Amino acid sequence: MIQTTKTDLFRLRRRPLSEKLADQSFRVLATCLASLVGLILVAILITVLLGSRSAMSAYGLGFLTTSNWNPVTNEYGAFTAIYGTIVTSILSLLIAVPLGVGTAIFLTENFIPVKGRQIIGLMVELLAAIPSVVLGLWAIFVMEPFLRPVLNGLHASLGWLPFFSTQPEGPGMAPAILILVVMILPIITAIARDSLLQVPVELRQAAYGIGASRWGAIFQVILPAAISGITGGVMLALGRAMGETMAVTMIIGNSNNFSLSLLAPGNTIASMLANQFGEADGNQVSSLMYAAFVLMLLTLIINVLAQWIVRRLSLRYT
Amino acid sequence: MASPARRPSLSNIRSLHRKPKLPRNRWNGFFTFLAGLFAVIVVLPLVLVLAYVVIKGGSMMSLSLLTELPPAPGMTGGGIGNAILGTLIVSLIAALIAIPVGVGGGIYLAEYSKSGAFASFVRFGTNVLSGVPSIICGVFVYGLIVATRIFFDQSYSAIAGGIALSVLMLPTIIKTTDEGLKLVPQELRWGAIGVGASKFVTITHITLPTAFKPIATGIVLSIARAAGETAPLIFTALFSPFWPEGLFSPIASMSVLIYNFAIMPYDVQIALAWATSFVLVMMILVMNIFARYVGSFNKI
Amino acid sequence: MTTSLNTASNARPTAPAADACLSLQDVSISYGNGKNIAVNHVFMEIPKGKVTAFIGPSGCGKSTVLRALNRMNDLIEGCTLSGRVLFDGHDLYDRRVDPVEVRRRIGMVFQKPNPFPKSIYENIAFGARINGFRGDMDELVESSLRKAALWDEAKDKLKESGFSLSGGQQQRLCIARTIAVEPEVILMDEPCSALDPISTLKIEETMHELKKTFTIVIVTHNMQQATRVSDLTGFFNVTSLPDLDGKVGCLEEFGETERIFNSPAQQATQDYVSGRFG
Repeated sequence: MIQTTKTDLFRLRRRPLSEKLADQSFRVLATCLASLVGLILVAILITVLLGSRSAMSAYGLGFLTTSNWNPVTNEYGAFTAIYGTIVTSILSLLIAVPLGVGTAIFLTENFIPVKGRQIIGLMVELLAAIPSVVLGLWAIFVMEPFLRPVLNGLHASLGWLPFFSTQPEGPGMAPAILILVVMILPIITAIARDSLLQVPVELRQAAYGIGASRWGAIFQVILPAAISGITGGVMLALGRAMGETMAVTMIIGNSNNFSLSLLAPGNTIASMLANQFGEADGNQVSSLMYAAFVLMLLTLIINVLAQWIVRRLSLRYT
Repeated sequence: MASPARRPSLSNIRSLHRKPKLPRNRWNGFFTFLAGLFAVIVVLPLVLVLAYVVIKGGSMMSLSLLTELPPAPGMTGGGIGNAILGTLIVSLIAALIAIPVGVGGGIYLAEYSKSGAFASFVRFGTNVLSGVPSIICGVFVYGLIVATRIFFDQSYSAIAGGIALSVLMLPTIIKTTDEGLKLVPQELRWGAIGVGASKFVTITHITLPTAFKPIATGIVLSIARAAGETAPLIFTALFSPFWPEGLFSPIASMSVLIYNFAIMPYDVQIALAWATSFVLVMMILVMNIFARYVGSFNKI
Repeated sequence: MTTSLNTASNARPTAPAADACLSLQDVSISYGNGKNIAVNHVFMEIPKGKVTAFIGPSGCGKSTVLRALNRMNDLIEGCTLSGRVLFDGHDLYDRRVDPVEVRRRIGMVFQKPNPFPKSIYENIAFGARINGFRGDMDELVESSLRKAALWDEAKDKLKESGFSLSGGQQQRLCIARTIAVEPEVILMDEPCSALDPISTLKIEETMHELKKTFTIVIVTHNMQQATRVSDLTGFFNVTSLPDLDGKVGCLEEFGETERIFNSPAQQATQDYVSGRFG
């Protein structure tokens, strides 16, 4: 049996040193592993910064505003890619937000039985699991050929607008935007659905209780109450769209010639990296690193902003 | 609903019956239709992508496809055996790195730090890291490992690809571990500590096993996601038309194969890209559904 | 681990009563790093081999004091204690004391039954193993379950999950788990508050058995329970101090249960035990 002689209290049932050591070292280990996250972030930043040093000193801030990208003459400017990154992500967001939030509302209201809602919810989550490269393959061989007549029609009827001024010829910004919509829809839908589900039932009951119609309650009570989560989800989706690589690379055309037209081939920072990094050397590597740094900065700002917005808005509504 | 025609006695001056012509009801109907339409539009891509992958890729399934090497450009036949094996190897390397680090970090957040500046820094860092584009992970590992040739003077290697994927998996695993452990009722920890268990024993014998299912679900999902990633691999693991030659050489993977073959001008390669997509998508969907199935029981 | 401080701490005058098991000397406990004082200036001698009950209205700090007795409050961030808690004459809050070892000698049963998600057998064996038990485990499991009056109900399903038991049985399993590590003191924090009257009665019977071997301290909301099971009773009350905002708990009166309930010295105690407030 366990010894219970009452000689000296704290030497009784003394935990062996090995046990205390295990306890201590486990704590230290967990702390170290946790701090690895910070370490990796810093390492990413340092690697990218060090790699882009020579391009930064050679081209300075002009790198951001010029659209020359010529490995032969060793001139680099990332404006086309930066413009492409921002335009594709924002336009895809404009399309995806109403679709995603509308779907989220459809999934949280009782329009159809729970079973049906669960199946749609599962399908949206599975859509998020489809690898980007498979969506790219699908975009090249299925979506783009299907879309071509539509884009041709756009060019024919709205060609006087600079955004539709070129003849669509396969890969381009417009199909890239649409495939981005497919890629960010699941995030927006999932986060919007979670935010809507968190709206207290009492609030909904209160709205119905004073005679609001269903969509009156949705627009005036439920959506405003869930706005912080939805905004956060939209910002996260924006960050994801900016960094999304494979599908965009495969369908955007990877052209560094700047064009306002959405029907013309373009480039994003991520697709430029995917397309050129493997074969680049010298100043081109450094320039690509510089572009990677810009992309990192953009996504970092968006993500921090997303967290900040969620915190600020949720203070107001809960 | 009630049918006004059969019960006229109820329709007095101010009837409670639904008037479909009311603007309010028309708007409600319109918005309901719109929301349903949006839901269909959102689901449509999944159906279409799956349909094409199954039709174009599934029809090519055969044993030789799964076991042979890809053909040289211009040749026919061949398979994607090396890419399947490569994806398994690279994902395994990534999992072996990311699981201990991620679970350890999650344990720190959930069990050792209730608040405090360092913990909120780690949480913030996890969120930031999960927002870092996957291509940046590739650039990072390229700069850290490939360009510096730190592993036996090898540049592109399976291990570099695995490390790049593990950076991608890390935030997900930390978050699911943290959240899974937070689901464990505080009373269970008290119970263990109340009989004299140390923190180490409490975590390893009580809290971790209790939270096993949600954590395992998160880990399987993160592996499934990593297995389909391409961007971090294209200039870390690169590609190889041969069978894997070891952890320190370039290695094929299904995702990079799809990318490479999709933009080749040969029909054979494009067909192989569809077949690979089928294998990859099925693998990922099975992992997803399995994880959700396990996760659906995780009422602690 | 080091002995350099020994002389200093031993030199302090510690004069608990001869049979005192736990002795509280001017104990004040606060939460939020000293912002909210939960309980103030408690002096108390808890004797060995007796059942001591803590009663009092909600928020009087009785559970806080109980949790201070085996350093469970260490798990609450920002909880601080001043004064001294002596266990067999040793200060539990001495810097060299290992709280894990304290809890191996002062066990605790919680308000909500909290069996581990393991089998009934493993629930009991777990604590014994981590305490380095080397004897016959089957025998220990049986004797612990017997002492907790659960053996007859559980002997045929030792391999089943602890959750398969009813609430009252789960609580007795938690008691058995605590007994198995053979602590000297068992602390019980409202062990019956989540249970039905029949289960409560069973646990009270169990306590009568246990007090032959263990010192028991129990927090209870139920005054009948205090009179039924305890030898001594401490009545905690809430007061608002003029110089502090918020309410603060304090030990109003402490003595034989018989006397506390029949002829208390304080008016507040009289009011509480006769059901006039609380």
